[in-house]
Amino acid sequence: MENTNDTIIELIDVSRQFDENTIAVDHVNLRIKKGEFVTFLGPSGCGKTTTLRMIAGFDLPTGGQILLNGKDISLLPPNKRPINTVFQRYALFPHLNVFENVAFGLKLKRIPKEGKSVKLSKEEISKKVRHALEIVDLEGFEKRDVTTLSGGQQQRIAIARAIVNEPEILLLDEPLGALDLKMRKEMQIELKEMHRKLGITFIYVTHDQEEALTMSDTIVVMADGTIQQIGTPVEIYNEPNNVFVADFIGESNIFSGAMVGKLKVKFCGKEFACLDDFETGQLVDIVVRPEDVKMVSPEEGQLKGKIISVVFKGVHYEITALCGKNEIVIQSTQSKTVGEEIGMILTPDDIHIMEKAFLTNKYDGYITKKNTVCFGDGEFECDVTQLYPGSHLDEEGYLITKEGKKIDLTDVDVKVEVGLHDISMSDNIDAGGATGHIISIIYKGDHYAYIVRTDETEEDFVFDCEDLWNENDHVSILIPADKIKLTLARPEEEKE
Amino acid sequence: MKFHFSRKQLCIPYAVFLVCFVLIPMFIIVFYAFTAPVMENGVQVGITFSFDNLVDLFTNPTKLLNMGRSILIGLLTTVICLLIAYPVAYILARSGIRRNAVLLLLFIVPMWVNFVLRVNALKELLSWIGILGASDFWNYFNTVLGMVYDFLPFMILPLYTTLLKIDNSYVEAAKDLGASAPVAFWKVTLPLSYPGIVSGITMVFLPSMTNYVVSTLLGNGKVGIIGSLIEQSFLNSQWNAGSMMALLLLVVMFVSTWLTGGFQNEDAASSRGGNLW
Repeated sequence: MENTNDTIIELIDVSRQFDENTIAVDHVNLRIKKGEFVTFLGPSGCGKTTTLRMIAGFDLPTGGQILLNGKDISLLPPNKRPINTVFQRYALFPHLNVFENVAFGLKLKRIPKEGKSVKLSKEEISKKVRHALEIVDLEGFEKRDVTTLSGGQQQRIAIARAIVNEPEILLLDEPLGALDLKMRKEMQIELKEMHRKLGITFIYVTHDQEEALTMSDTIVVMADGTIQQIGTPVEIYNEPNNVFVADFIGESNIFSGAMVGKLKVKFCGKEFACLDDFETGQLVDIVVRPEDVKMVSPEEGQLKGKIISVVFKGVHYEITALCGKNEIVIQSTQSKTVGEEIGMILTPDDIHIMEKAFLTNKYDGYITKKNTVCFGDGEFECDVTQLYPGSHLDEEGYLITKEGKKIDLTDVDVKVEVGLHDISMSDNIDAGGATGHIISIIYKGDHYAYIVRTDETEEDFVFDCEDLWNENDHVSILIPADKIKLTLARPEEEKE
Repeated sequence: MKFHFSRKQLCIPYAVFLVCFVLIPMFIIVFYAFTAPVMENGVQVGITFSFDNLVDLFTNPTKLLNMGRSILIGLLTTVICLLIAYPVAYILARSGIRRNAVLLLLFIVPMWVNFVLRVNALKELLSWIGILGASDFWNYFNTVLGMVYDFLPFMILPLYTTLLKIDNSYVEAAKDLGASAPVAFWKVTLPLSYPGIVSGITMVFLPSMTNYVVSTLLGNGKVGIIGSLIEQSFLNSQWNAGSMMALLLLVVMFVSTWLTGGFQNEDAASSRGGNLW
């Protein structure tokens, strides 16, 4: 391990599984440096809060290790960790006043003195409490009842209550979520300032990408219990690892394309020079930030488009242009009129290319008595003759191979493959082979990339579709029989 | 003038009810408590104002003894109920899963079985074991046992609702600040459940002081409490003495409710949880 001295906390292969089907955190590896301001960023349910709770000790990992200063603390109870937390809804003790709340941790503290461990004296406690209240700008609030304080003041007391214990790490679980926008901006600056003054490690959890970009030294983007990307705000914004990160952080145009040569990528029907080196022929996703699209006259542009909407956003206009079948969003200080023809230029710098995360859906399944195939939490019609080239079915449903051998396929395990374009949805629940809810929609210029997760075993169907549905819609999955590619899971094992 | 129907008129039946069945009876009790019949040759000829009942209440040894006994039994019942109910309510509320509703029901359902039937069943059981009326000690023991059996649900319910409402983040915050599990309980959970404790005490202490059905049936008639005295007074046509004792209980109830904050603003009371009424 290099830089062990710098590292304050390290997560090694940490997992948290709640029950068979819910894995909140999935094999997370992370190293946080001393004095860093780290933000866990992700949509709700991505595992960021669970990760924080495991660091605090409220949740225990079901796998992996958490090391604090090189020592394993995975199973240590929270009161034994030099870590304090600012809770989402503050959790100030309503039966205690401000002073008693802030002093709560100090009164329990034992410090070594002349070989014995003793309590802090009353004077020491009041001094520390006063100092903590000074840091959060609430001097003189000692006697106040916490329930009479405003949200912002409660927030500050919660911070004071945590930092007064001089923790090595301060955990903040969406601490600004309950504040209004203006207050939130102020607190962001103050928290950053506090972090600078105290010099301790801050681990901050939020779903607000702007907050994360403003405050953090390092951002950890999480989704579905796994880390998508770790990097500085600038790295995360400019060089997203995958489509999810690009879509979650800031506005982006996401296109599907392919590499057509050395540093050459083709999308929206045009070839562009780019800086990312991928193999020729590789299918890729391309991200272009709206503010990076330059508008020029139609003759000069690499892409031509017609403006279909202009929205004033205060600092800039958000202009949407239709280019062939792709919608391109542009941010510009220039206004345009709807219907105007424009040209657009994308310089190599502005084109961010990433490997396509998902090229095809793969499942394990088996053949039923009726020669249908079960996979992904459902049952689908399929063509079983593809398992044995040149075979056909007889009247009783047995498979007759090229050589005339009769095979009963019931319960044969197969590998199933379905392409991204071969799946469609229906809102008639009984129409398809499987049902599930839409858990993700990503707009890709001329189509949407959908993920539908089935209800029972949480299998995912990933596919592209041109129509817009809503997240969380309950849909059934349709796959034409000839688009289901089957191969035998164990080719050597032949059933008679 | 045309009759105007407004929402205020809807209150009239309730006002009439309150006057007829609450205010007037209370006045009658106060009236009887501070009066005495004027007798001539064994025939009542009038009524006179008097403090005799009040003086008698605090000088009559039987009454004093019964009052002392009532308080003792009330206290014992309350303490035992609290000691049994708190862990039960805590476990039910903390484990936090739906099936607790079933467990809770098991503690509550006995409340729905007829009270006299329950007490008589317990009496049969005790006499079968052979400790019914066995000695003075067993008389008291059985009485308190009956009271606890009877009033336990009234202690569990308010405690359960209060504990259920205590956000787990308070306990987590305490642990986060260095408190071990027992310290977190002592410094956070217990003080936060205070309204439930108070509400449970009010619902157990006073009723158990007066529940003469239990004390008569299970105490083998030897454990007289103030409730049985009141009953006897009225049965023996000593309405004035009976009224004074009833009035005393009313005052005790009022004072204890006031002391424990039961007359707080409804909002404050309910936001802290606990107050079942």
